[in-house]
Amino acid sequence: MAKKKLKVRASAKKGYAVIKAILFHPMETGLRKSKETGEVIPAHYIQEVSIKHNDEQVMMVNMGIAVSKNPYLSVEIAGAAKGDTISIGWLDNLGEEASTEVKIR
Amino acid sequence: MNQQRRSFLRNTFTGSLVAVSVASGLLTPSRVLAAWPKAAFDSSSVKDAMVGLLGSDQYEKSAAISLRTPDIAENGTVVPVTVKTKLPGVETISVFALENARPLCISADLSAKSRAVLATRIKLGKTSKVVTVVKANGKLYGASKTVKVTLGGCGG
Repeated sequence: MAKKKLKVRASAKKGYAVIKAILFHPMETGLRKSKETGEVIPAHYIQEVSIKHNDEQVMMVNMGIAVSKNPYLSVEIAGAAKGDTISIGWLDNLGEEASTEVKIR
Repeated sequence: MNQQRRSFLRNTFTGSLVAVSVASGLLTPSRVLAAWPKAAFDSSSVKDAMVGLLGSDQYEKSAAISLRTPDIAENGTVVPVTVKTKLPGVETISVFALENARPLCISADLSAKSRAVLATRIKLGKTSKVVTVVKANGKLYGASKTVKVTLGGCGG
């Protein structure tokens, strides 16, 4: 199995749900130099994260290079209840993507 | 030359190109609608980044926005940031680190269903003012806080 690309937990509160996600990604800025070779490490970072609630897009997060490695993201969605599906997907600057689905607990 | 015919041909051609790329999975529909704001993210000046993303770098200071960051970050590569606001009709939340090589850190487009809360972790090159700008009902509101960094995170 490939390395896990993202981890999501969604928990229901009163009238809304809290979504917490960790996206596993190096988030290279393209400004950093390798210590061994002195060469610039090419940029590799997540640009877009989409968050869907029951197949309806509720949020689109755009990231730049200044987001930390393995980005953590926490958002809240109104009107989401226990048992609903939350799907989160990311896309990086090299066109790689990953997504996952969880049920709100 | 028949101008209308030209533009008709051009439109059909580009239109079908997009349709083909959508069908082949090269572009998902959401990506066609909301393109990643490259110019704003690549910009090295705070002003250009704000204007590029939000259309203006003038914002009103608002006490209704809470920006939570540590006062002192021992490690600039991981600085937790939480933005919360009670303003109605929030459309976007964005975070800028004024001293970073690329000031724009993150920007979230919200829909009516998402509550105006955003928490993440950012990198800070050095001690910097962190500004959050919230677009609500077409107007820009902001809040800022200085974070002291004892060890840099952006290239150094």
